[in-house]
Amino acid sequence: MATPHRFLGCVLLGGLLLGASVLAQSPPKYGVGTTPTAEEIRAWDISIGPDGAELPPGRGTPKEGAQLFMSKGCAACHGANGTGGKAPELKSKDGPSVETWKRGRILPIRAPFATIVWDYINRAMPLGREGSLKPDEVYALTAFLLNLNEVIPEDSVLDAQSLPKVKMPIGEDYASLPDWKPKTRRLQGYPY
Amino acid sequence: MGSKRHSRRDLLKSGAALAGGLTLGAVAPSAGQTPAAGQAPKGPDMIRGSKELIAYGDRSRFVTSVRIPHGGRPSPDAFGLVFHVAAPLQDSVGVITPSSLHYVATTRGSFMPDIDPKEHRLMIHGLVDRPLTFTMEDLKRLPSVTRLHFIECAGNRSTPRAKNVQESHGMTSCAEWTGVLLSTLLKECGVKGAATWFVAEGVEEVKGASSMPVAKAMDDVLVAYGMNGEAVRPQQGFPLRLLVPGFEGIFSTKYVRRIKLVDRYYMNYNDYGHLRDDAKETALGYQVGPKSVITYPSAGQQLPGRGFYEISGLAWSGGGVIRRVEVSTDDGKHWMDAQIKGRAERMAHTRFGCPWNWDGKETVLLSRCTDELGQVQPTRAQVAKFFNVPVGEVPGLDNTIQPWRIASDGSVTNGHAT
Repeated sequence: MATPHRFLGCVLLGGLLLGASVLAQSPPKYGVGTTPTAEEIRAWDISIGPDGAELPPGRGTPKEGAQLFMSKGCAACHGANGTGGKAPELKSKDGPSVETWKRGRILPIRAPFATIVWDYINRAMPLGREGSLKPDEVYALTAFLLNLNEVIPEDSVLDAQSLPKVKMPIGEDYASLPDWKPKTRRLQGYPY
Repeated sequence: MGSKRHSRRDLLKSGAALAGGLTLGAVAPSAGQTPAAGQAPKGPDMIRGSKELIAYGDRSRFVTSVRIPHGGRPSPDAFGLVFHVAAPLQDSVGVITPSSLHYVATTRGSFMPDIDPKEHRLMIHGLVDRPLTFTMEDLKRLPSVTRLHFIECAGNRSTPRAKNVQESHGMTSCAEWTGVLLSTLLKECGVKGAATWFVAEGVEEVKGASSMPVAKAMDDVLVAYGMNGEAVRPQQGFPLRLLVPGFEGIFSTKYVRRIKLVDRYYMNYNDYGHLRDDAKETALGYQVGPKSVITYPSAGQQLPGRGFYEISGLAWSGGGVIRRVEVSTDDGKHWMDAQIKGRAERMAHTRFGCPWNWDGKETVLLSRCTDELGQVQPTRAQVAKFFNVPVGEVPGLDNTIQPWRIASDGSVTNGHAT
């Protein structure tokens, strides 16, 4: 993630960004705004990228997750086994033999990276108490949902190292994203 | 609102109102009122002034146009979450959707956060030379822009079940947005060369986040605090909303609090939902295609009889300015150029009109538009042929032509219904 920087002898904001030295390269034009502290950035930076670089320390297993799924109230909305509740389905009705694209948009199945499952539980669950889960609990709930959908075995342990390595059912079987440029048609060759 | 609605109870007859010396501009008796048999002509009742009406005006009680929950999911739902709410395009005039009627969509169903703007912050960090945090006061010090822009939900898709244009096309609206260009803020932070994408994230409980190309940020993305001449409404992201012109509505992040510059597509929860197995379908997402719809006459309306009508509608495109709108009054056999009302602006609703003398016979009305990139709005049959799917299936965002069927009795219905 860290990229090489040329030292231009400007203001040094040491170690602010992912451990990299950050140098001012072009002066600000207006000088409006304040510099957040490293702690303030850490507190807000909940985006987990596909390589899991931002994942916090912690660990969890499917078994621990199964207990949390009941005790944290997940089952009340999503159904006892992630299915049949008022809230979105979390378990695919079809087994791994069915093509992933035909199994519905179920987060632990359709997401191309397991980090997305972790990120979403962490930022958006449980309803009304978002952000209250501890990292261990998010690892455990992620492990539970991935095991429930036969993505990882029951004896798996998920942590910052193993989670990004989980091979999701969809693999790389999705279309590459449009290379968007200003003033460009949506799809070259589309007659309309 | 509630107390204002009851103001009719306090209505006075014109003479009494004038004698009472109303401070609010009194409505003069209309000469056009039809007198009841054996009675003297009577003017309209008066709207009595009130502190509330002086402070913040209200529309006429005779104007009853309202939004509706969209797509069969209730808003608010069983959890009290707001999901999708459609704007009453059938009653629209001009190009600006009043803020109270602007369509609403949320990332998964959402509570509206009640944010004190004094406490709100926007942090920009990641692959920048200088991470910066801006207060609302900071942002209002910076050079501003004011632009008309439409927003359209990716789920704005006509179906044979749609009974009117609100159900078929109501998940789009257009407002005048005021704020700071995101490029202004990014230059203030100094974007590193490795930054190719950015993640925008809101304050709401889902912390809805989307990844977008930095090229878009530098082109025309707005960090908006103003909407239609006042502060952005809570349902639209008060106090601060990212406005991403021409992209699917979900990218216009509400309650925006954080922008992170990154070196790859970050594949957030909101992003993975955009993935498709067909690259053509994926390419027809993101940037909204050229789209138009006739709002008058449209399904659910009733023509009083044969004779002259000005057909009226809206056209828009994520590709930029609408260059041309054509209308057919004979189900596509002939097309004529519609008149563009006012000035067409890029990524904004554009009002068009077209004179029509209805001969009282059954027919079908159509409209299609062309944008500045030369993209033309297709029929459903054309889309089906391109994708080799049954007619009616529309992969990608639906920007197909909407037919409205006129019956000989003047009733108007959805041409997609069989």
